[in-house]
Amino acid sequence: MLSVSNLHATVDDKEILKGLTLDVPAGEVHAIMGPNGAGKSTLSYVLTGRQGYEVTAGGATLDGEDLLALEPNERAAKGVFLSFQYPLEIPGVPALTFIRTALNAQRKARGEAEITAPEFLKLARAKAAELKIDFDMLKRALNVGFSGGEKKRMEIFQMAMLSPRFLILDETDSGLDVDALRIVADGVNALRSPERAMLVITHYQRLLDYIKPDRVHVLAGGRIVESGGPELALELEREGYEKYARAA
Amino acid sequence: MAAVKQTVEHVASLEKYKHGFVTDIEQDFAPKGLNADIVRFISAKKDEPQWMLDWRLDAFERWLAMDEPDWAKVNFPRIDYQDSYYYAAPKEKVGPKSLDEVDPEILEVYKKLGIPLREQEVLAGVEGAPRYAVDAVFDSVSVVTTFKKELAQVGVIFCSMSEAIREHPELVRQYLGSVVPVSDNYFACLNAAVFSDGSFVYVPPGVRCPMELSTYFRINAEYSGQFERTLIIADKGSYVSYLEGCTAPMRDENQLHAAVVELVTMDDAEIKYSTVQNWYPGDPETGKGGIYNFVTKRADCRGDRSKVSWTQVETGSSITWKYPSCILRGNESSGEFYSIAITNGRQQADTGTKMIHLGANTRSRIISKGISAGKSSNTYRGLVSAHPKAKGARNFTQCDSLLIGKQCAAHTVPYIEARNGQSKFEHEATTTRLSEDQLFYAMQRGLSQEEAVQLLVNGFVKDVLQELPMEFAVEAQKLVAISLEGSVG
Repeated sequence: MLSVSNLHATVDDKEILKGLTLDVPAGEVHAIMGPNGAGKSTLSYVLTGRQGYEVTAGGATLDGEDLLALEPNERAAKGVFLSFQYPLEIPGVPALTFIRTALNAQRKARGEAEITAPEFLKLARAKAAELKIDFDMLKRALNVGFSGGEKKRMEIFQMAMLSPRFLILDETDSGLDVDALRIVADGVNALRSPERAMLVITHYQRLLDYIKPDRVHVLAGGRIVESGGPELALELEREGYEKYARAA
Repeated sequence: MAAVKQTVEHVASLEKYKHGFVTDIEQDFAPKGLNADIVRFISAKKDEPQWMLDWRLDAFERWLAMDEPDWAKVNFPRIDYQDSYYYAAPKEKVGPKSLDEVDPEILEVYKKLGIPLREQEVLAGVEGAPRYAVDAVFDSVSVVTTFKKELAQVGVIFCSMSEAIREHPELVRQYLGSVVPVSDNYFACLNAAVFSDGSFVYVPPGVRCPMELSTYFRINAEYSGQFERTLIIADKGSYVSYLEGCTAPMRDENQLHAAVVELVTMDDAEIKYSTVQNWYPGDPETGKGGIYNFVTKRADCRGDRSKVSWTQVETGSSITWKYPSCILRGNESSGEFYSIAITNGRQQADTGTKMIHLGANTRSRIISKGISAGKSSNTYRGLVSAHPKAKGARNFTQCDSLLIGKQCAAHTVPYIEARNGQSKFEHEATTTRLSEDQLFYAMQRGLSQEEAVQLLVNGFVKDVLQELPMEFAVEAQKLVAISLEGSVG
């Protein structure tokens, strides 16, 4: 599914990713853990094509297709979804309008027919119920005046609606209390399937109690410095990142 | 919100300024330049009575003694008032006519613009769809007014100004210049001398006008100015909703549009006046050409509990200079101003409103959304004032500016004067830049950059768009999208 090789990227001429290599096969959930400033968010922005994140060497492909050559919206249409660490507020645009516009833009880019209004509403009601989101909230301007937890839940709702193939969760657990975390994790787990892959970026092990990863990678100094099974996350929880920070 | 999607789709298929075509028709021109004889020529062409000519000549005398104002935050080379035609009309007899007598070329123009002039075409539309009557003004004259008969049945007079001067002189003499006096300002005074046509509406007491009225202004001739005059009177307890639309061909020279609009509301009457202004904005790169839109619009809420609501979507013109205002004379009268002003390329806009509270317990509300892109400049200028007698006056003003890109400017210049201790004025203002973060967020969800800008801008102007009559809101939304095409680069 996702294959990243020797990726180098700069932000404001400062090199943040320094030869990152990573493979996430379809059907698997990989966690990326690491100290602050290791390049975790940079990785998510480079994969999604944010302006200002310049790739200087290496590459990234999704099912063999060069991701880095595509515009952010084209990557979205290919099924790449980023759940933002800090979701943006979109004043004056109801959440449902935003998501429907996005969904249809993606469908159009893939040469599929647009979703009809009744189909869309039916889907939205079902997904909102699963994520325990009050349907009236979806009629309000997206994320405007929402609490931190509501915004995160809204990210997962968008994810459920858009049904992406490759999911990146950037610090999705930050700002969530235990109940909200459980709901969000249930939403994410519901999307696990043999056709999908996920990259879960987190600073703490806590989230991984709910979203069980197949592989855990340590990102430090712009590179993957260690990889292992779920037990690696527990080890990190006990011992911290200090030895990797030194290694970097 | 299907309109958002529609906007997005339409934009892709449209050119920058789709109304820029020129129609080749035979026209009558007055000789170029401006003097008392030209004023006489215009008056004679329109078969006007002596009192009207005297009024014009008086205005012309006063205009000669005035200086062009320079306080607005706009820059343009001095206008040579002698280098313009003050009268241009399709070559045909003056007077009311049926649609069959109108030059087919002109009908084609309106067809191209999507303005329904054939009543049966309007009637043949979707069942239950709102209908609206149109007065079509082509350069200096009104070419046709639709649905006149049906409106006359309920006593509503809707006709061209020329016709009103001939057919309803008592109403015209009573109200013309009573809201915007002849020498109110330089451009209004010029208009009083040379105005050629415009729309006239009278709604009798207690009548709710059964359909939307609209005037569609088109400048076609070269080197000509358009000086129309609109007068709308809503008598006691009546209601009318009126919409004005404007376009012009793309030309390299600047053309002057100096219109005057006067609204009068009596006790308990209401006028809702909407404008979708899409004059040619000039070349986006060089700034060459485009319309100078210097317009005086004012409403006199003469009666108690009367109400006037101005809604404007200003996307065109190279320079816009206008302040639709309300004189809140009647007790408990109210005025509203909803505005979307978009500037792109080299456009300049200095626009806003004046709410003059004279009566007790008068209320006003101002919602202004300015969007600047390209190398344009966008200024909101507004006055809210309360007279000593306007006890209990209330105003709420919200003034938001959105910047797209790094070379544009937004300015907000509010004047607030409360001359009694019992008025309550609130003013809120924000200026934001369309954020890269928001754009990226929307693009990550699948929207192209252009679609993302449109969605965000539509969100920004939503409060105002929903004040427009439904079918025009959709139109305006498309216009907003087109105006901002290529604004992020």
